[in-house]
Amino acid sequence: MVMAEESEFHVLAVDDSLLDRKLIEKLLRTSSYQVTTVDSGSKALEFLGVHEDDSTSPDSSPSVSSSDGNHQVVEVDLVITDYCMPGMTGYDLLKKIKESSSLRNIPVVIMSSENVPSRISRCLEEGAEEFFLKPVRQSDLSRLKPHMMKTKLNDRTQREEVMEERGGERCGREIEIEPEASQQHHQQQQLSSNNSAPKRKAMDEMALSPDRTRPRATIASTTP
Amino acid sequence: MDALQLRKQLIEYTAELFSEGFLDEQFTQLQQLQDETNPNFVVEVVSLFFQDSERLLNELAKSLSQQEIDFKKIDAYVHQLKGSSSSVGAHRVQRSCISFRDFCNAKNIEGCLECLQKVKQEYSLIKDKLETFFDLEQRLSATGGSPPLP
Repeated sequence: MVMAEESEFHVLAVDDSLLDRKLIEKLLRTSSYQVTTVDSGSKALEFLGVHEDDSTSPDSSPSVSSSDGNHQVVEVDLVITDYCMPGMTGYDLLKKIKESSSLRNIPVVIMSSENVPSRISRCLEEGAEEFFLKPVRQSDLSRLKPHMMKTKLNDRTQREEVMEERGGERCGREIEIEPEASQQHHQQQQLSSNNSAPKRKAMDEMALSPDRTRPRATIASTTP
Repeated sequence: MDALQLRKQLIEYTAELFSEGFLDEQFTQLQQLQDETNPNFVVEVVSLFFQDSERLLNELAKSLSQQEIDFKKIDAYVHQLKGSSSSVGAHRVQRSCISFRDFCNAKNIEGCLECLQKVKQEYSLIKDKLETFFDLEQRLSATGGSPPLP
């Protein structure tokens, strides 16, 4: 199987409301992303290749089996999920993704109709890249690309390194690449330091932006 | 009525819906998302809103008529209704849901029943107005008149 260079980003959108799924899908398509929508956290995990018993599939990456038994890789570049969902909440889904060794690098964005500071900080602390207040607007989506690009660059760098090591041998399938401990640490540092800057910037921007007619995420205090 | 008159009527009617608070900015967002690849987007989304609302209003009426009132369930329904109305820009419906949730939290049955009536009223109003709006749009497009920009 040939590894294709993906020039398009693929977003997995999770929301139990059909109306909101239709909306977010349209917003994402208008921004030229490929979109898959599911109506629950458990379906999202299924799509990402995590099975109910919490084990990951053998090739440890999002996959869909085709009829000839070969696993095709479905790359997901970002997960955007509603917070309030029956069963598994968006927060639960976020946690599961961040706890999974194969999925933790996928950026996750949370959407919510409620502006609850403690909820927002909890999600950001758990590793969410952004927290959008609903209804989500096209202007919000412009904040997604940097997160997807960062991950894609990291993935590509890792793949290239492995290919070099193999002396140009072709990789038959997507394999899970465990970055070296130091590299991972650096990555995490990068991620966490990047996390605080854009968040703060986003909040400041919101406070100062004159055409913002309604308050967005504001964190008055960080009491849990 | 000719295209020019229809167009004028549509523009005036739309302006009224916004100035009277029936619709808000989110409705404009929906209109702006509509394009040639999805020319019926707004109607489709609003239809989903109608379906959602009718289902939820039924559930709310049922839940409030029970012997043992499950306020958590009622709050969940109102939360959903608030969400849908917010997503389409049905501003007054959304507002009426907010007070509804307050009465739920206070476990105030009378308050909830009153709110349910209010929400039903607002829903009925916006449904009527949106149907009129779509009708005007359709008639304008049938004359070949150019639609006003959102």
